[in-house]
Amino acid sequence: MSLLRALLLSLCAFAWNAHAAKLVDDRGVTLELARPPQRIVTMLPSLTEVVCELGACSRLVGLDDFSNWPAQVRQLPRLGGLEDTNIERVIALKPDLVLLASSSRAVGRLESLGIKVATLEPKTLADLRRMWAQLAQALQVPDGAARWQRLEAKVDAAAARLPAALRGTTVYFEVNSAPYAASEDSFIGELLARIGAVNIVPGKLGPFPKLNPEFVVRANPQVIMISDHDARALDTRPGWDRIRAVRDGRVCLFDAQQGDVLVRPGPRMSQAVQLMVDCLQKRGRQP
Amino acid sequence: MTRPAALALLLLVASVLLCVAGVAVGSLGWEPVWMRGGDASAAILWEIRLPRTLGAWLAGALLGLAGAVAQGLFRNPLADPYLLGSATGAALGVAVLLVLIGASPMAASGWAARLGITGAAFAGAVAAVLVTLALAKGVQHTLRLLLAGVVVGMVFGAFAALVMFWEPDIMRAMQAFLLGTTGFLGWGSVGLLAALFVVNLAAAVMFSRALDALSLGDTTARSLGVSLGPVRVVLIGVMALATGAAVAQVGLIAFIGLVAPHLVRAAVKPTHRWLLPLASLAGGVLLLAADVLARWLLAPRELPVGVLTAVLGGGYLLWLMHRRPL
Repeated sequence: MSLLRALLLSLCAFAWNAHAAKLVDDRGVTLELARPPQRIVTMLPSLTEVVCELGACSRLVGLDDFSNWPAQVRQLPRLGGLEDTNIERVIALKPDLVLLASSSRAVGRLESLGIKVATLEPKTLADLRRMWAQLAQALQVPDGAARWQRLEAKVDAAAARLPAALRGTTVYFEVNSAPYAASEDSFIGELLARIGAVNIVPGKLGPFPKLNPEFVVRANPQVIMISDHDARALDTRPGWDRIRAVRDGRVCLFDAQQGDVLVRPGPRMSQAVQLMVDCLQKRGRQP
Repeated sequence: MTRPAALALLLLVASVLLCVAGVAVGSLGWEPVWMRGGDASAAILWEIRLPRTLGAWLAGALLGLAGAVAQGLFRNPLADPYLLGSATGAALGVAVLLVLIGASPMAASGWAARLGITGAAFAGAVAAVLVTLALAKGVQHTLRLLLAGVVVGMVFGAFAALVMFWEPDIMRAMQAFLLGTTGFLGWGSVGLLAALFVVNLAAAVMFSRALDALSLGDTTARSLGVSLGPVRVVLIGVMALATGAAVAQVGLIAFIGLVAPHLVRAAVKPTHRWLLPLASLAGGVLLLAADVLARWLLAPRELPVGVLTAVLGGGYLLWLMHRRPL
């Protein structure tokens, strides 16, 4: 009997080890890790934030130029942007795992130099959840799932703060003055749906479509969410002074820091939801 | 009717038809708003689609005119309106403005906002042309001017790339500018473009005989009694002003200035008196057609209009060349 138990235990331990040492990335490549990585380089702000949220901030040794949260990562060496990763400096840090965006051109170069590379790029809530689970497994964070549940609960709590009367407010979220919008299909759109706002840009146009400005005038949104430096010329765009949101001053301006919170899928999505709820409460029309 | 006159008539008819199409194509694709009526529809028609349509035509016409002037003045079939560095100058102006707006909210609400993308692009284009003229020591040596323009274009382009490298946040806005966009043309822009078009076309046509003489070479032109100094000053001015205005309003739309005069020459062999207005008409038709298609093909999404001008104009020119050598 005790023999059987020992066998079972060892099997379990084996299973746990095999379980822990794997990371399946966005390319579908399975990474075998002999032990949990201790020297991690992240080249995407979302990845940095998730790794830190999983309690592994101290294992980071290098970052991309744009990661700026949490505050404790600001001292770490910067290794370039998304397209211009400094390969030499990455190698010099002797990382045992490099986490990159899927679009990064450094992937092939780093792999040929014998570095373990995983590409993870959360573009939707489902991506984020999958990436979260993969990283928790690779970093051997035992309560990864529980942390995700807590984050979900915080998002729900923030969303619930929106008065029922303001649900169904039509919103236009502009990412860039070209104008590129965040559609229902983007991460931002998913968060808007979470609080019950109606995005005027349907998901079938792709996550960040470049719109005909006339489309926005047509849709006549009640609230516009936009970054503060794109907002200045809003009422000078032809016909835009007729949009309800512009006419009634229901335009929410987000500064650069708030913009980071909104556009990065990661552990701060509860704050992002809070920003959206605050915006609608301040600017939305009380019936 | 002479062949140039017939071509002019054809292009005018095409312009009118495209204007009708431009007013009928909107964010839902083909939807002639005059059929429906209603306040919102009227507003969209008068405040958005009509100025956008006319503005696109005028910007294309200015680029076509500048292209015809450039090719005549430099006696070079590869010359285009951006030859004096105005394109990259405008790009640098816009890049710097975007960085200033991003860097300090104070600038965003103050003078930078009043200047706007349009103003910054125009200032950048004019600055680049002035640098080119200074480097070429005036307008008297065409070859020096050509070379100085290319160098200034390279250097300003490099600076613009450097600014983008420092502030990757502006990349997306810059890309929209570099590919050209006709989406935000209002009545103010249309008025400005129309006034400049009339002035520039009149000035260029006035010197069209000098351009004809120039096509035989500087010496021959001088022996025919053309005083080259004032001719060059006026024509360079026309080129810089027309290009600067068009770039400021619609961004860097490629190819129209180069291809519009060639399209005209492929159909008829006119003197400059006819070539200048015909190239303007062809440029207007080309950009307006591209604008209508850009709105229509993926509505309510928009294609970058500059991509379509290259595909349309380039494709047509290649077809003509295939049919019979130019």
